[in-house]
Amino acid sequence: MYAYNEFDEAFVRERVRQFRGQVEKRIDGSLTEDEFKPLRLMNGLYLQLHAYMLRVAIPYGTLDSRKMRQLAMIAEKWDKGYGHLTTRQNIQFNWPKLKDVPEMLEALADVGMHAIQTSGNCVRNVTADHFAGAAADEIEDPRPTAELIRQWSTDHPEFQFLPRKFKIAITGAPNDRAVTKAHDIGIRMVRGGAGEPGYEIIVGGGLGRSPFIGKVLREFLPKAHLLPYLEAILQVYNLSGRRDNKYKARIKILVHETGLEEIRDAVEATFERVLEEFEFPSDLLTAEIAGHFEPPEFDNTQTLAFGEALEADPVLRAFVETNVAEHKNPAYGIVTISTKPVGGTPGDVTAGQMRVIADLAERYGHDEIRISHEQNAVLPHVRKADIPTVHAALKAVGLATANVGLVSDIIACPGMDYCALATARSIPVAQEISERFHALKLEHEIGELKIKISGCINACGHHHVGHIGILGLDKAGVENYQVTLGGDATETMALGERAGPGFAADELIPALERLILAYLQLRHSREETFLAAYRRLGAEPFQAALYPEKERHAA
Amino acid sequence: MPVIIKEGRFIEDPFTDAGGAFVALDQYSAAVHDREAALTGIDVPADTDPQALAGLMNSVAAIRIAFPSFADGRGFSIARKLRRMGFNGLIRAKGHVLADQYPLAIRSGFDEVEIPNDQAGRMPQSQWREALARTQNNYLDRLKHRAA
Ligand code: SF4
Repeated sequence: MYAYNEFDEAFVRERVRQFRGQVEKRIDGSLTEDEFKPLRLMNGLYLQLHAYMLRVAIPYGTLDSRKMRQLAMIAEKWDKGYGHLTTRQNIQFNWPKLKDVPEMLEALADVGMHAIQTSGNCVRNVTADHFAGAAADEIEDPRPTAELIRQWSTDHPEFQFLPRKFKIAITGAPNDRAVTKAHDIGIRMVRGGAGEPGYEIIVGGGLGRSPFIGKVLREFLPKAHLLPYLEAILQVYNLSGRRDNKYKARIKILVHETGLEEIRDAVEATFERVLEEFEFPSDLLTAEIAGHFEPPEFDNTQTLAFGEALEADPVLRAFVETNVAEHKNPAYGIVTISTKPVGGTPGDVTAGQMRVIADLAERYGHDEIRISHEQNAVLPHVRKADIPTVHAALKAVGLATANVGLVSDIIACPGMDYCALATARSIPVAQEISERFHALKLEHEIGELKIKISGCINACGHHHVGHIGILGLDKAGVENYQVTLGGDATETMALGERAGPGFAADELIPALERLILAYLQLRHSREETFLAAYRRLGAEPFQAALYPEKERHAA
Repeated sequence: MPVIIKEGRFIEDPFTDAGGAFVALDQYSAAVHDREAALTGIDVPADTDPQALAGLMNSVAAIRIAFPSFADGRGFSIARKLRRMGFNGLIRAKGHVLADQYPLAIRSGFDEVEIPNDQAGRMPQSQWREALARTQNNYLDRLKHRAA
């Protein structure tokens, strides 16, 4: 994985030094909260409902055991003993004290981490496929490109005060696990007509209060042209994006209001000019940065032990079925560690659990760890023969929940429990859903089903692209939950459609139960997922299950 | 009296001292005829399309770009684009620019920053000088240097 060189190290230390001075000025009163705000935001420090929150970047979701152990130390020393994995592959600490934050940043810098550009109207932490470098379906590892974009966008002089925040995601596989079409810029690694590597550039996707699916701006961009092209898009956006209304300031609105063709013309014209000044040799990318992402030395010996263990242990079998994905090396598997035990808070990981993950990565996983946008942790390279041991160790600390992709593998934003903008709770809803379906013992029968929950219209819980999306609103002081159906976060992205009127908090879980039981009746076979059945049948039979009263009135 | 910041120091306006004057962009064509280029500057608002300035780049010596708020970063792109279009004259940022933004301004192609007097009182010269040191050692230059 990418290791800091002297330059990165000096850069991050200098930022910590600056911030330490700013915190001192805030504490002694020479900076007001208003003046301090833009400065703290440049370092990932938010003021939440109850306390400050520090958001730490995990570039493209890649970590190793050393970094993970340091996060555990930070959680214990300066927070309440846990951290929260976010939908943008970051980790958040919810309870730091202002005076401790410089120390926390220093501790992060000790292991080559930081909180730079995890907030503010700049290019945020670049996200990537969490199976990068391991997935069987991958064309090319997207992380060297993601690292290049990180370096280019960090402290970029022109793009620190954009109309609004700017998110970039990249995938190197045709099966899109990075939600590229819901980003300001989505990048897909593709091959040109002669087999040469390049990128497809998607622009203007985004969720939030006006959701849009990203559109293809350039079908094929040669690899060496990436940064100048990104620079052109950002320049067009910086000059023309709306600044009169923060809800209309994202690039998706610019693309929507201006039209894709016109934006494309403006970007191409700017690109030509940028290109004259700055073109990157592609060997920069391949040689220096890519060198950090060489695949580990795989041990290809296969044993019978794995098959025998599977045979003998149904719990392990269930775990492998849901939580282990196909690795490009047949002797290996990709192990997803669910942070969503029944009734737990999606994304919360204790310091003790972090250390177990670190130990397992070091011993059995070529020292690689990933964080997924679905708020889980991933061990991307585990020999199949070691999976039973890894599973047992995870089980001992409550990390072996076999529910990846299932009804209880819910994405939920922090909602009313933490977030100052929330209009409803989302974590308790996720907990109730997982408890209910656990009690029904139907999880594995239901199969793949993605539920996503947001605590307000800003949609941090990605509810628009959940097979079932839940949006918590405030109706005259009472929580009310709107349900959308048929959303899809992958390469076949679709926005969910609103099913009908919202539900009160106590009506929601019974309604979801009716909905999902109806799906079990409606599907052709076990192979037809909820989403597939919805696509085949349309909304009507599902609405009938959600709103049985209406049905009776109509009859 | 506004304060000009050049190379990390507070100075008096060298451009107007030498007899130069800034004219608003929309009044420019009328004023230009009796002024020589070396003494002509134009004032452009933050919503200017830099492309629209292409025709007058040879007839003005200075372009002063407005920063209505520190959160409005359009000026950085305008300056950078003007430099890419080949403008070699003076580019000055005028308005609500913070000392912490000074390195960004320099790296985007600005020569000078002009701030109101009261702001200069709150952000003394020492802050700007310290900020100037941060223009060195940045990722973008480093990427470019390796791009040989
Ligand atoms: S969706 Fe709303 S409630 Fe949830 S984290 Fe985002 S802003 Fe907060």
